[in-house]
Amino acid sequence: MKLYLKFDINAVCKKVLQEQLDALDIDYSLVGFGEVDIQSSIAPDRLKTLQDGLNRYGISVVETHKSILVQKIKDAITEMIYSDEKISNEKTSVYLADKIGQSYGYISNLFSDVTYTSIANFIILQKVERAKQLILTNELTITEIAWKLNYSSVAHFSNQFKNATGLTPSAFLRIIDKRKRIMQKKN
Amino acid sequence: MQNEIIRVMLADDDEDDRLFFTDAFDEIKMKTEVSTLNNGIELMNYLNQPNSVLPHVLFLDLNMPGKTGMDCLREIKTIDRLKDVAIAIYSTSASDEDIEETFVQGANIYIKKPHEFAALKKILEDVITINWQYHTSGLNRDNFLLSL
Repeated sequence: MKLYLKFDINAVCKKVLQEQLDALDIDYSLVGFGEVDIQSSIAPDRLKTLQDGLNRYGISVVETHKSILVQKIKDAITEMIYSDEKISNEKTSVYLADKIGQSYGYISNLFSDVTYTSIANFIILQKVERAKQLILTNELTITEIAWKLNYSSVAHFSNQFKNATGLTPSAFLRIIDKRKRIMQKKN
Repeated sequence: MQNEIIRVMLADDDEDDRLFFTDAFDEIKMKTEVSTLNNGIELMNYLNQPNSVLPHVLFLDLNMPGKTGMDCLREIKTIDRLKDVAIAIYSTSASDEDIEETFVQGANIYIKKPHEFAALKKILEDVITINWQYHTSGLNRDNFLLSL
């Protein structure tokens, strides 16, 4: 029997954060997504314990101002791509500049400096990532996926998928399916 | 502005290919640490040591004497400690079916060895950059497939 899950990432992260901070008896308040205001100063070894605890969940404390901004950009992009509402036809650069509160030129230079890739490439990577998830649910046709991800046509989607991965969407599905069958045989 | 050094490992029995490879890495912009091994047996001996430092990306030549790249790939897939290592098959041209088979067996990346240095540099840079995004952005490694 297969269970299909939907994740409310915000809720999950908030809960994990609260549990970790409560366990260490730290006085805090959660300021929006990704920000915690620690009321008093915190000793380095306790901070390390907190970081280690959070790391186990894949949550890391971001160190520098640049990294913080880059993370905000990535979050904005991910939110844009995973939102189920049709994104308005507003250009991505305008959307990001508004959301982050800095000029797009500044944002894109910073992003490339820190991540070694461009915002445009990162967006494609995230779109393809979401496409892979949708392909693997086996619930939508390639056409439906292309539409859901805002591509102007199925051909455009398949081309971008192939450019990004070297494989067509159907080859991707075929490979993952074969892998799963091999795993099932082993177990 | 990269805090971590990216560790890269290559197993290839051809000395010229190993040199080509390390030279290409000297010239890419990301900070990397490259180590090479001469064949599959050396590779598996290294990886099987419980405390050996693991690469972020492992490049495997398919045609090695003794233990082939495919032998190594299959063995690596049975070792839990190695599950976060991205595996790149690095080989001379193969048919689409052979390439698919390496993906099915668990490889993440397939690279057709280019003849030209500039092409190799570009390919390696792309591989490392994309792998880095997987490393830093919580993307699903199980779905990480790249054919170049």
